[in-house]
Amino acid sequence: MTMTFIIDALVTVIGITTPILLAASGELVVEKSGVINLGVEGMMLVGTIAGFAVTFETGNPWLGILVATLAGAAAATIFAVLVLSLGANQVATGLALTIFGIGLSSLIGSNYVGIAIDPLESPFPDALANDSFWRVIFGHSPFVYFAILLVLAIGWFINKTRAGLVLRAVGENDLSAHSIGYPVIAIRYAAVAFGGAIAGIAGADFSMVISPLWAEQMTAGRGWIALALVVFAGWRAGRLLAGAYFFGVLMALELYAKASGHAIFPSQFWAAMPYLIAVIVLALISSRDGKDGKAPACLGKPFIPNG
Amino acid sequence: MTKFTRRDFVKAVGAASALPLLGASAQAAEPFKVGFIFLGPVGDYGWTWAHDKGRREMEAALGGAVKTTYVENVKEDASAIPILRDLARQGNKLIFATSFGYMDQVLEVAKEFPDVKFEHCTGFKRAANVSTYNSRFHEGRAVTGTIAGKVSKSGVIGYLGSFKIPEVVMGVNAFTLAAQAVNPKIQTKLVMIDSWFDPAKETAATETLANLGCDVIATHTDSPAPLQFCQKKGIFGFGQGADMSKFAPKAHLTAIEDIWGPHYTARVKAAIAGTWKSEDFWDGIKEGAVKVSAYNASLAKDAQDAANKVIEGYKAGSYDVFTGPIYDQSGALKVKEGQKMGLGDLATIDWYVKGIQSA
Amino acid sequence: MRLRLEKRLEPSRAMLVLTPVLSVIAIMLLGIIIFDGLGYDGPQAVWELFFTPVLDVYKWRDVASKAAPLIIIALGLSLGNQAKIWNIGAEGQYILGAIGAAGVAFVTQSMTGFWIIPLMILVGMVLGAIYAAVPAVLRTRYGVSEVLSSLMFVYVSLQLLSYLITGPWKDPDGHNFPQTAQLTDAQLLPHELWDSGIPPGLLVALIGAVIFYIIVSRTVFGFSVRAIGEAPHAARYGGFSSNGIVWATLMISGAMAGLAGVLELMQLTRLNLGYPSGYGFTAIIVSLLGRSHPVGVFIAGIVLAITYVGGQVAQTFVHVPNATAGLFQALLLFAILASDLLVRYRIRISTTSPSTKGAHS
Repeated sequence: MTMTFIIDALVTVIGITTPILLAASGELVVEKSGVINLGVEGMMLVGTIAGFAVTFETGNPWLGILVATLAGAAAATIFAVLVLSLGANQVATGLALTIFGIGLSSLIGSNYVGIAIDPLESPFPDALANDSFWRVIFGHSPFVYFAILLVLAIGWFINKTRAGLVLRAVGENDLSAHSIGYPVIAIRYAAVAFGGAIAGIAGADFSMVISPLWAEQMTAGRGWIALALVVFAGWRAGRLLAGAYFFGVLMALELYAKASGHAIFPSQFWAAMPYLIAVIVLALISSRDGKDGKAPACLGKPFIPNG
Repeated sequence: MTKFTRRDFVKAVGAASALPLLGASAQAAEPFKVGFIFLGPVGDYGWTWAHDKGRREMEAALGGAVKTTYVENVKEDASAIPILRDLARQGNKLIFATSFGYMDQVLEVAKEFPDVKFEHCTGFKRAANVSTYNSRFHEGRAVTGTIAGKVSKSGVIGYLGSFKIPEVVMGVNAFTLAAQAVNPKIQTKLVMIDSWFDPAKETAATETLANLGCDVIATHTDSPAPLQFCQKKGIFGFGQGADMSKFAPKAHLTAIEDIWGPHYTARVKAAIAGTWKSEDFWDGIKEGAVKVSAYNASLAKDAQDAANKVIEGYKAGSYDVFTGPIYDQSGALKVKEGQKMGLGDLATIDWYVKGIQSA
Repeated sequence: MRLRLEKRLEPSRAMLVLTPVLSVIAIMLLGIIIFDGLGYDGPQAVWELFFTPVLDVYKWRDVASKAAPLIIIALGLSLGNQAKIWNIGAEGQYILGAIGAAGVAFVTQSMTGFWIIPLMILVGMVLGAIYAAVPAVLRTRYGVSEVLSSLMFVYVSLQLLSYLITGPWKDPDGHNFPQTAQLTDAQLLPHELWDSGIPPGLLVALIGAVIFYIIVSRTVFGFSVRAIGEAPHAARYGGFSSNGIVWATLMISGAMAGLAGVLELMQLTRLNLGYPSGYGFTAIIVSLLGRSHPVGVFIAGIVLAITYVGGQVAQTFVHVPNATAGLFQALLLFAILASDLLVRYRIRISTTSPSTKGAHS
C-alpha cells in the first residue's frame, strides 16, 4: 500500500462520513433536550434543494448554505410547533416531517433536474489543497471542517458550559428543570431548530459537494443512519465523531472489498452492519450501571408540567 | 400532455377532429388513448426520463390522433395493480409499463381487460394482449467498452453496477469484451452498489475505483454523480441513458442513450390500425433504439474510428461482441470460437467474462 | 387579550370526532389554493384527491387493499401505544412476516394441501413476533429503548430480504432477476373474496378490530395495558408485570405486522425488491391518528388509504405531480396531529394578563 492509496482512501472516508456526522450532530442536540425527531431525512432533503437552488440561481454557494440552514430550521420548526406547542406525538410528527421533506423537495426540485453546479472546493490555497500529501488535511470542502469543529463545539457546549448543563437537565428531567425555572419548551424549540439547521447543512453537502446536482431523494436514507449513529455514540459528542468515522470506514471497506474482488461477506451484511452495531453497543452501554452513554431520560416523552 | 379535466377533454376531442388525421383507421372523433406507468419521476434524468422523452416524441409524431396519460413514481408492489386498472378503465387502449417489477401486475390486469393492450418493458412474460419490449443496451456498451479500451492507460477500468441482474451482467460483459478486443490486457473492476440511485454511494464507489488505479469508469446506475467525480479527478467516464456531457464536459467521452420514441410510435400506430400483436421486441443500434451520443472533442481519432466500426458493424449486422471464444472468470470456455450467444442466453446470463474482477 | 390553553379533565368527545373532520376540510381549502397557485385545476385536484376514492365504487377495492395492511399493523401497534411502548419497527416485522411466508412457500413449492396457507400465515406471524421480541429482550433485560432498537432492526430486515431474494431464494426460472418464485395456487388466497372486490386483508382487519376492541375493553390484560400507560412506574397490574406487558405488546404488534406482511405477499404473489412499501411506518401514524382505539384505527386506516388512492387518481386525472400528492398528505397529517390539541385542551380567551403562561410555560 502506497501513501497515495492510503490518502485517497482517507479522502473517500472523510467525504462519505461528513453528511452523516453533520446530521447526527444536530440530532444529538435535539435528543439531549429530550426530543426525538425522526424527520432527519426530510429536513436533509429540504436542505439539498435549498442549497442547490440558491447556489444555482445566485452563483453564491455561501448564500446556498445559508438558505439550506434556514430551510432545515424552518422544517424543524414545523415539527417543534406541533410537538412542543400543540403536544402532538413526536414519532408520528417526525415521520410526517419526512414525508413532507420528500414531497416539498421533489416539488421544488422538479425545476432543477438535469442541471449541474460547480462543487464547493477546499477553502485552502491550491498549493495545499492539491498537494499529494497535504490534501488529506487541506483538500476538503468547507463542510468537512465545519462538521468536525461543530461536533467538538457541541461536546464542549454540552459538557463544559452552563447552558449545556441546562440542556441536559431539560432532557433528563424536564419537570425539575421546569420547577427550577428553566423554560423547558423554549430550550427544546431552540434545540429542535438547531438540529434542523444542521440537517439542512448536511443536505446541502450532498447537492453542493458530494454530487453537485439535484435529484429526488438524493440523500438515500442517510438520515436514518444518522439516527443510528446518535444511538451508537451513546449520546456523546466525542463518540459521535469517532462513530461517524467508524461508519464511514465500514462503508468504504465494503466498496474496497468489492472493487478488489474480496467481498468476504455478502454486501447486505456490510449494509446492515451500522444498525446492528448500534444496537449491540446500545445494549452493552445500557446494561452497565450509571448514566454514561444512556439515552436522555425524557427522550420522546411529552412535557406535561401541570398534568 | 395537457391537464386532464373534463373541459380540456371536450377541447381535445374538438381539436382532434379538426386536425387532419393520421392513417385511415384513425377516423374516430376521439383520440386514441395511451397510458404509461413510470418507476421514477419523469425528471430523474435517467431511465424514466428517457421513457418520457419517448412518450413525448410519440405524441409529437402522431399529433392529435393520440392522447397520453402517465403516472410517475409507481412502486413495483401491489399498488401498481390499481394504477394499471385505472388507466385501462379511463379508456387507454394501449398501456406501457416501463419497469421490470411490474411484470406480474401487468399480467393480472391484462386478464381483466382483454380489450386493452399492454406492453411491458424488460419483462419476459407475455399474453395475448401483453407484449414485451427491451433494448439491446449491451450494443452501446460494446461501443463504450471499445472507447475505454483505447483511452485507458492503466489498463484497469472501473465499472459501477446496480444489482446482479442479467441486464447489468450482459452490459459489463459486453463492455469488457469490447475493451479487450482493442487492448487484450484490459481488466475491469466491478462494484455493485445495491441501488439504482444513490449519488453519494455512487460517488464513493467511483472514488474507490479511481483509487485502485482505474482511469476510465463506466456506470450502470442512474445518476451523473460518478461523471462529476471523474471530471474532478481528471479521469474519464460515460453518460448513462442520456447525454450527460453538461455534467462533466471534460470527462464525458460519450453516452449511451435509450431511444424509446420509435418503438412507442410504431406500436401506437399498429394499435390504431388494428395490427397490434403480442410480440417480444429487442431492438438495438440498428433499429435506432440505442444511440451513442456525440464523442468528446478530446477523444483521439483512432478511438473514434474503432467505436464507429462497432456501430457500423451492428448496423450492418456483421458484428456481435458476444462472439466466441468467450471465457468466464474461472477461465472456462463458455462460448466456442465462431459461435455467438443468442438473446435467450443473454437474457438469463449470470456469469462474468474473464478479466472482470468482482466480489 | 391573549389566548390561553386549559387542559380538559376528560378528552372532549365532540372534539375527538370534530377535529379530524375540520382538519380535512381546512386542508381541502388549502389544497385548492395551493394547486391553483401551481397552475392546476385546484377544485378538480382536491375533488379527485378526496372524493373520487369515496364516491367512485370502482375505487373502493383499491382503498380497501391499501387500508387493510395499514389497519392490521396499526391495530397491533395500538396496544403498545396505550401502554406507551413504542414499536417503530413494524416495517421490519412486516418484512419478516413476508419472509416467513415466502420461506414456507419456498419449501412447499411442489406441494398442495389446505394446510399450506395457514402454515404460511402462522410462520409469518411467529417470525414477526420473534423479530419484535428482540427489542423486548433489549428493553426488559438491558433497558434499551424500544423506539431506537426496533427502528434499527427495520434496516437489518431490508438487507436480509435483499440477501434472500438475490441469493438462496432467487427464482430459478426468473431469468436471474432478484425475486422469489411466484406463489402457487395452493399458496395464494383469492385477491378478492366472493368476487365482491373485498380483499381478504380487509376482512382480517375488520375481525382484528373487533378482537382488539374486546381485548382492550373487556379483558384484564387490556386493562393492565392501559393502566401501565397511565402510571408506568407501578410494578404490577392484574397479574401482569410491566416487563410482561412490554413483551406482550411488542410481540402482539410484531405478529400483526407479520400477518399484514403475509397477506400483502399474497397480493404481490412474490417477494421482490419492491416489496417493502413503508406500510409499517405509515401504520404508526394510523394508530396514533386513530387514537389507538380499534374503531379509530379502522377509520384512520381508511382515511390514509383514501389519500394514497386519491393522490394516484389526481395524478392520472389532473396530472398533479406525485410529489404534490405526498406533500399534501404530509400537510394533512400535520393538521390532524395539530388538531389533537383541541381534544385535550380548550382555548380560553382571557383579557387579564395571566399569571400562568398557559399549559406549556
